[in-house]
Amino acid sequence: MDRRNFLIGGTALGCSAAASPFVTPVAMAAAPWDTRLVVVILRGAMDGLDVIQPYGDPALAGLRPSLLTGEAGGAIDLDGFYALNPLFSSLMPLWRAGQFGAAHAVSTPYRDKRSHFDGQDILEAGIPDLDNGGLRDGWLNRMLQVVPGLEAEVAFAIGREQMLVLSGQAPASRWSPDARLQISPNARALLNVVHHDDPLFRDASEDAIEIAEQISMQGELAEETEMMMANSPMMEAVQGSGEHIEIAEFAASRLRGDTRIASFSINGWDTHARQRNTMQRGASALTDTILTLRAGLGPVWNKTAVLCVTEFGRTAHENGSLGTDHGTGGAMLFAGGALRGGQVLGQWPGLGEGDLYDGRDLLPTRDVRAYAAWVMHDLMGLQRDVLEQAVFPGLELGANPGLVL
Amino acid sequence: MPFDPTLAAIRFGVGLSPNIAPPSSVDAMMDRLRGPDEIGALVKIPTSADVYPSANDHRLASIALNEVRGTDGEAAAEEHRLTMRAEGREAVGAYLRAELARSAHTTDGFRERLVRFWGDHFTVRASNAISRNLISPYVETAIRPYLAGNFADMLVAAVSSPMMILYLDQHRSMGPNSRAAQSNGLGLNENLAREILELHTLGVGGRYSQNDVREFAELLTGLTASARRGAYYRSQMAEPGSETVLGITYGGREESMDHVVEVLRDLAVHPDTARHLARKLAVHFIAPEPDAAMIEEMADAYLAANGELTALYDEMLRSDSAWGAQLEKVKQPFDFISSAVRALGIPLEVIQGATLQQTRRLIQRPLSVMGQDWQSPVGPDGWPEEEDNWITPQGMAGRITWSMQAPRDMLQDLPDPREFVFDALGPTPADEVIFAAGAAETVSDGVGIVLASAAFQRR
Repeated sequence: MDRRNFLIGGTALGCSAAASPFVTPVAMAAAPWDTRLVVVILRGAMDGLDVIQPYGDPALAGLRPSLLTGEAGGAIDLDGFYALNPLFSSLMPLWRAGQFGAAHAVSTPYRDKRSHFDGQDILEAGIPDLDNGGLRDGWLNRMLQVVPGLEAEVAFAIGREQMLVLSGQAPASRWSPDARLQISPNARALLNVVHHDDPLFRDASEDAIEIAEQISMQGELAEETEMMMANSPMMEAVQGSGEHIEIAEFAASRLRGDTRIASFSINGWDTHARQRNTMQRGASALTDTILTLRAGLGPVWNKTAVLCVTEFGRTAHENGSLGTDHGTGGAMLFAGGALRGGQVLGQWPGLGEGDLYDGRDLLPTRDVRAYAAWVMHDLMGLQRDVLEQAVFPGLELGANPGLVL
Repeated sequence: MPFDPTLAAIRFGVGLSPNIAPPSSVDAMMDRLRGPDEIGALVKIPTSADVYPSANDHRLASIALNEVRGTDGEAAAEEHRLTMRAEGREAVGAYLRAELARSAHTTDGFRERLVRFWGDHFTVRASNAISRNLISPYVETAIRPYLAGNFADMLVAAVSSPMMILYLDQHRSMGPNSRAAQSNGLGLNENLAREILELHTLGVGGRYSQNDVREFAELLTGLTASARRGAYYRSQMAEPGSETVLGITYGGREESMDHVVEVLRDLAVHPDTARHLARKLAVHFIAPEPDAAMIEEMADAYLAANGELTALYDEMLRSDSAWGAQLEKVKQPFDFISSAVRALGIPLEVIQGATLQQTRRLIQRPLSVMGQDWQSPVGPDGWPEEEDNWITPQGMAGRITWSMQAPRDMLQDLPDPREFVFDALGPTPADEVIFAAGAAETVSDGVGIVLASAAFQRR
């Protein structure tokens, strides 16, 4: 990472650009686009049928007698056909503002084996299958590879999880709230002494210490975040604290600077039993994350697209322990001021007899990669053939769903 | 450049120790490698045959649970299944501690480095959470016994291991004209064939065509694995007839594992394989752009010795360019942590006695922050060699934090930094590191500065 550029990016955290001693009229290492893309991997297989409930489909209630659905179950009507699970109610203001929505009946090309590991590998690698040794890098990394000369800070993988989606040949940065670097001024000075003649170690250490100091600038950061929260009534809905909030705050701080792409995971969607309870943790982490991004990004939110994708959906039928098992089709959630929210996209396949995939799962009617591809097409100006060949090999883009404003 | 004991320990071994002398010569290093595996006998990791819980143990527990569903026995069977999973998680921690303990206490450091090198060359990943504890036993079974043997034996052992078969989908591959494919409509899967050619033998620049990949994949059909039986040859899945790989025709007799072994043995001594292995070894141990003449000499020695790995190592260690004073490589995170534990002289029983929670906090999570999720590289090509992949801001934050904090969590009495700088770096550390070690405000900062220094992080 180029230190000077890194610091320019970092100014957005604390001080205003005008007052910063670090800002010099140097060309930024930034991407040739100004929009922001956040990809959230929902690990464990989110039950799209429960989050975005197609309660207008007469078969739903019969498939899920105990998992309460529709308005009778406390869900919030969205458009007369779909209803939002009440655990996600804090996103309703964004829905009404046209900044939150979903695409239903989507999936990756992965079929039948229903393994989390393979499903996530295919989701993040963005390839049709794992049969021919294709697992080398992730689709966000391949997207970076087609834009030569990007600096590592343009893309950030955040969190403890290894993010295959951003791994690969193109440089990308990684940060985890675990990497809390606390070091005395004396030790910092001595590290400079021992690294003086080794630029690789010197630059990486200095950057690490800068990032850590910015994160721990509790005073300024808290003040700024508080101010933003005060201006954002939606933040009142943020319930929790914890690692996912730290990750979202860190993502927002980077994205306000030179970073254009961020990716991280939210786990906990494998709701085999007592789904009403077991989904709570994932749901509050996801809603808190979106609201924290919304508040933390400030005006940058209007240039931002957040895509929340999962490895596969869950069975249409509830199982014997008030949960659902691994399925096929599901939902992608999206948010951001750059997207046309307030709608549930997708061709609905129906849940009736004969409509289900393999007699058990929601039938996918569109490849989830097509939505991601169109967002990159419209947001970053990537060409159709680049998307179909380099980023998502084997994908047919199909018609533009018009997700980007 | 002459042999240097300090460089031998740092570049080709697991680092310096205050209690164990560094190697005295190339002969001594090679003798130890050819001799008995003493640390492996002292600090045990089970083989694939002995591991518990195995894939079959989990399978039997699930069958037992299904048989008693809805009866009084269900709770006990479920409890048994969950206990087994917990034991699997414990085993992952125990094997990580064992690998750390071996590196920290061995007198045969080159062996441990070669275990990791070849384990990475033949990378496998767990296909699900319950097979995470099978990776170390795979290395113990298919890699460790063959380090000083013939490469063909290691190649056959790795390729015919259930871990590799399942990881690279060989169990799903059927000859298009096999009896199994006729009845179930499935077909060929080229994954294992391609990776053997591209990664394990000839290398991506090797002289093979897509047709070779396909013929080789057809030749591999029949090799399969399951939780119940482990790896085995199932002739119903094998493509009938003969196949031609790199101009040599195999098979044609009754389908059997012999044909697979024959092609693997030929690939092992192919000139492209020799160069690929020589270059990979030199890049790993010596420099990103190693001396081309040395690589040719290593490859020639390997071929002259008919694929004996010791010929390859011997040639490398006797080459002048192996002993350049410039440290051009960076320790990967596990090697960094294990060499620090060795330099600190942390006793064997302290390492082995750590709880799972301590192991995760002090070793596994820091490894992940440093960019090396334990036993989970992204793809079958294993961990990257490039230094800028490791020395990133996040990676450095992880290394600095670990250096400053972990030693005092593992040792009651930290060494005096003014002495530790010699324990860790040998008799002639750079002046600035000697100065910094003595100028720190606290003992733990002094030890931390030495460990976080480029001088210690490089090799």
